[in-house]
Amino acid sequence: MKIYVPRDAAAKALGADEVAEAVAREAEARGMSLQIVRNGSRGMVWLEPLVEVEASGRRLAYGPVQASDVPALLDGTLDSLGAVEDIPFFARQTRLTFARVGLNDPHSLDDYKAHGGLAGLRRVLDMRGEAVIDELKASGLRGRGGAGFPAGIKWDTVRMAHADRKYIVCNADEGDSGTFADRMLMEGDPFCLIEGMVIAGVTVGATKGFVYLRSEYPDAIEVMTEAVELARAAGLLGDAVLGTGPAFDMEIRVGAGAYVCGEETSLLNSLEGKRGVVRAKPPLPALEGLFGKPTVVNNVLTLATVPVIFEKGAEHYASFGLGRSKGTMPIQIAGNVARGGLFETAFGMPLGELVNDVAGGTASGRPVKAVQVGGPLGAYMPTSKFDTPFGYEEFDGQGGLIGHAGVVVFDDSADMAGLARFAMEFCAVESCGKCTPCRIGAVRGVETIDRIAAGDAAAVPLLEDLCETMRDGSLCALGGFTPYPVLSALRGFPEEFGPARDAAE
Amino acid sequence: MTTQAAEPAPEALAEIIEAHTHLEGPLLPILHAMQEAFGFVPGTAVPVIAKALKLTRAEVHGVISFYHDFREAPAGRHTVKICRAEACQAVGGAALSEAVLSKLGIGWGETTPDGAVTVEPVYCLGLCACAPAAMVDGKVMGRADADRLTALAGEGAA
Repeated sequence: MKIYVPRDAAAKALGADEVAEAVAREAEARGMSLQIVRNGSRGMVWLEPLVEVEASGRRLAYGPVQASDVPALLDGTLDSLGAVEDIPFFARQTRLTFARVGLNDPHSLDDYKAHGGLAGLRRVLDMRGEAVIDELKASGLRGRGGAGFPAGIKWDTVRMAHADRKYIVCNADEGDSGTFADRMLMEGDPFCLIEGMVIAGVTVGATKGFVYLRSEYPDAIEVMTEAVELARAAGLLGDAVLGTGPAFDMEIRVGAGAYVCGEETSLLNSLEGKRGVVRAKPPLPALEGLFGKPTVVNNVLTLATVPVIFEKGAEHYASFGLGRSKGTMPIQIAGNVARGGLFETAFGMPLGELVNDVAGGTASGRPVKAVQVGGPLGAYMPTSKFDTPFGYEEFDGQGGLIGHAGVVVFDDSADMAGLARFAMEFCAVESCGKCTPCRIGAVRGVETIDRIAAGDAAAVPLLEDLCETMRDGSLCALGGFTPYPVLSALRGFPEEFGPARDAAE
Repeated sequence: MTTQAAEPAPEALAEIIEAHTHLEGPLLPILHAMQEAFGFVPGTAVPVIAKALKLTRAEVHGVISFYHDFREAPAGRHTVKICRAEACQAVGGAALSEAVLSKLGIGWGETTPDGAVTVEPVYCLGLCACAPAAMVDGKVMGRADADRLTALAGEGAA
């Protein structure tokens, strides 16, 4: 008998460690022989800790399980949810990037291989670099960190660059509120990210990779660090990848609590041991990146999607999606929501369907007021925009962005002016200080919103003007996109910005 | 969890630096290791690190002060981090942090007078689907409430 108790941070935050201890204790007291697997999360956070029992060829789910439920679980008297694959939230998904997360043992490279792992890399090792790039371009994979830049073009730029040393840098500084897909992937299927980085390395001719992982994720750091050691011991990393390939090795580096380091150039400065200050572009990191060398900087999800593209072929991946948004997106549904978690689906699902049907509306049972998509720099989408299909261009057309695909739901008690003020305050706290529109603008933004709240009608156009300056004049997305939440709140919910608003119109 | 030693032995500093100088870009790993060992980055370490890495003291100080994680003084015996970000705000995160801070009688970044608890803000722990989220001495907590977060305060010496 095998019992799966997730080691995912969200499961642990809801008591999974206590459940695992109780299972071990109870099994020992009963003289039962069973194996406890600390897997990743299946992504249905409202059911965590979600425990699965595998016996006589069937794997049944139970949840949420507390330590006190364990005797009944082992007696077989606890009510089961059935197979995970049959739970509607899970059954509706198309899992490509997250195919193995929660399914296999993240501590076992053999288990990874048994579930299709390394098939993509083995194919790539027999291909010419140019063919790999062509296939990646054909898959339509775009940067999953938020910018949506075609991965194939970025990789090709690095591949064609001449240098004595090149790098692959994985951006695992997932600081956006409402996002946790990177964390879940690293905790649940670390070898998938490693395989993606190795494929990137052998394709572009890089010999060294870094994962820049935020310090707020101690569990992901632990799993990734162990996985890199296992991969090195097994020859997946080292002087010759899988025994015959070129050299590639990697390191896990821990961030230090600066949100702006999720921006690729400040991340590179931070890796070099400097203040995480944004660099002006050009030069592109693809040509002058880490330590001035050509560098691929990709998000966790981008790199972790590469193995399945080469395992199943670009055509298979590109057959999902909508318009120029090809493939699937691991969407994270969070905040005030009945069924929160990770939902991977082909691009194109309307926002309202995600929020109301998939996630079941708010946890409080009150009406949905707004949904912030894409993290703290994403727009607040009112319910009137719920027919917007989930895609890069589609959200752009509605004055929003999908970013890293976090969806944070707010009920009608949300204070939109307060949230707009918070967006400016956050920008002020986290600004790297390099450019004036962000450094000074964010501080003035907080003051201006306070003036509006105090009844100063003249401050409304001033805030709009300030947002325009920040948007057009900032060096990076922190200052440049902070106007999204601020202006979307102001325009979608003007009545909440104090008595001044009415007077101004 | 923290050592109160105000001035670590120079050998201890040198040993930590030595263990990391082979890395590419060793400064952040060194600072993390210092904080892990002493609970904060001692001021006496700044010139030593600067010399070893051929940087100015100002550059090292600039890096330490840039990042929220690095402390220049020890924290309390327990550290509570409460998420202030939007997903947690959507389910009462602001009320939670207000309740914790007022119960402990301190502000953000401060330590209770008995040295038991330091409360710090954090912007997202990736626990947004089981918010409000917090972290107590490195251990994650979902659907956090003020009672559980302030329970540490009365514990005395850990």
